[in-house]
Amino acid sequence: MRMALVIAAACAVALPLVVTSDFWLGFCITVMLSTLMGAAWNVLGGYGGQVSFGHAAYFGAGAYTAALLGMKLGVNACVALALAGAAAGLVGLLTGYLSFRYGLRGSYFALVTLAFAEVLRILAGAVDWSGGGVGLYVPLHVGAANLQFASKAGYYYVALALGAGALLVGWAIQRSRLGAWLVAIRENEDAARALGVHTFACKLKAITISAALTGLGGAFYADYYLYIDPGIAFGPGVSVEILLAPIIGGLGTVWGPFVGAIALQGAGELGRRLLGDAPGLSLVFYGVLLVVMVKFRPDGLIGLFGRFARQRPAHA
Amino acid sequence: MLEPSILLPAAINGLTMGAVYALIALGLTLIYGVLHIINFAHGSLLMAALYGVFFLYKLLGVDPYAAMAVLVPAGFVAGYALQRSVIGAIKPGRDQNVLLITLGVSIVLDNLAVYFFSGDTQTIDTRYSLEMVNLGVALVSLPRLIGLGAALVFTAALWLLISSTDLGRAIRAVAKEPHGARLVGIDVDHIFAMSFGIGTACLGAAACLLLPMFYVSPHVGQVFVLIAFTVVVLGGMGSFTGALIGGLLIGVTESLGGLIFGESAGQLAIFLIFIAVLLFRPTGLFGSRLS
Repeated sequence: MRMALVIAAACAVALPLVVTSDFWLGFCITVMLSTLMGAAWNVLGGYGGQVSFGHAAYFGAGAYTAALLGMKLGVNACVALALAGAAAGLVGLLTGYLSFRYGLRGSYFALVTLAFAEVLRILAGAVDWSGGGVGLYVPLHVGAANLQFASKAGYYYVALALGAGALLVGWAIQRSRLGAWLVAIRENEDAARALGVHTFACKLKAITISAALTGLGGAFYADYYLYIDPGIAFGPGVSVEILLAPIIGGLGTVWGPFVGAIALQGAGELGRRLLGDAPGLSLVFYGVLLVVMVKFRPDGLIGLFGRFARQRPAHA
Repeated sequence: MLEPSILLPAAINGLTMGAVYALIALGLTLIYGVLHIINFAHGSLLMAALYGVFFLYKLLGVDPYAAMAVLVPAGFVAGYALQRSVIGAIKPGRDQNVLLITLGVSIVLDNLAVYFFSGDTQTIDTRYSLEMVNLGVALVSLPRLIGLGAALVFTAALWLLISSTDLGRAIRAVAKEPHGARLVGIDVDHIFAMSFGIGTACLGAAACLLLPMFYVSPHVGQVFVLIAFTVVVLGGMGSFTGALIGGLLIGVTESLGGLIFGESAGQLAIFLIFIAVLLFRPTGLFGSRLS
């Protein structure tokens, strides 16, 4: 297992030497960004069972913090990235405190997170210093310190570091007490509380970590695409895109978000190749996939692999 | 500037918009009250119905109000089939799973619309689209007035259906105690699907009333889905009169908030109300269940 990981890491690092086309590097960057945010969502939604429909709030908070710090105050991009994560974590802590303090669970929690994101979307569009409805054009200053690069390879390494880091955080949480407590909350919150798990504190920790990681994704998005507006940053589409990868890959697993990200982006790309760049069609496919996975394969693609892996010795 | 001569027309316009919100929320609250699921696809189903009205008018010249004769049954059938085939039997515990499934349905519907109808915003021009009625204190457009009247009629009709027909009695029994209802011989799955069907039939009616004064686009459902949830939680999940009063309140809040503090403040007020009600008074203002 450890050997396989080392090889995978070496391949990931060496990838830009082999893959030189901007298109495929761009694809890998999208996969890593999706992995990062999927892994972030997975901390709260996968391990903790708190399904959020509003992770756009944290993505947007990160994107706007990074863009505004860089543009208005000239803060260095690496510092801005860290601060964006902190700001998003703070938004997560605040929204989490309100939601969990008043005992929102299940669907109600999902809806209230969506409403928080919508409030931020409207505010970002209404206030002038955030660029209003027009959005923000992030100026391009190429340089590693600014996290902006002339080639996609540079962006790829940043995305890889963030995505791999997020997977590592997921792994660490899965092995930690917090992870065990979160799983207990997911399976039966009342029972967990009765057994002495401090459910409120655990959920707060999970949402803060989850939001902070998502915020890093937002900051990277701003540096990479160089443009954000209220709809891109806080819109419901972002929230949906974030939750798809972990659900399809496998909830509450370390590798689920990564597998889901590859499956989704790969399927989207394949669809574009086969059917042309038809607007909406890839999302139709994602929607169908979401329904099918939730209904028939709640343990995700990872569960499917696991099934085959378990079956093999029996047939041999 | 905030004289009655400005505030009153705004309030009346808010009431008429609120009536449509109420009509949309009626279906949602029925589905919640009986199935105890939050139907995230409600807005997208409304969008589909709006396109139905739009194409009936554009291609066949069917008047939007006459289209009700087609869209209410069509909505019912679509809802019945959706519940039976996709959403399926309710499993206890994980209510988020049903929410995710309805989210998936809404993604599919929205983007099929993008694919087939392109992302453009469309409107229809009927003879009476721009006709105004003088109420003495304010000029109100005719479609809005019709919408207000129809919302009251539909709420009353739905209430009658639930309170005094055999179907209504079965629905109430299932809403209260599905296992007990099954024991006395009620086909629970059928009643679930019937409730879902009636809920979407309300959307068919709402779409016919809405299109003459609004627009349709693939993402129009997203405009309404959170508003409908707000109305439902404000009025108390599963309560019809709550949905009506909640809808009117939200309509007026949006209109007056928009007038006094600027357009986005009206929308902001809706979401803040939604959050506040969920956090502090989850049973709603008049929180009695479907009974």
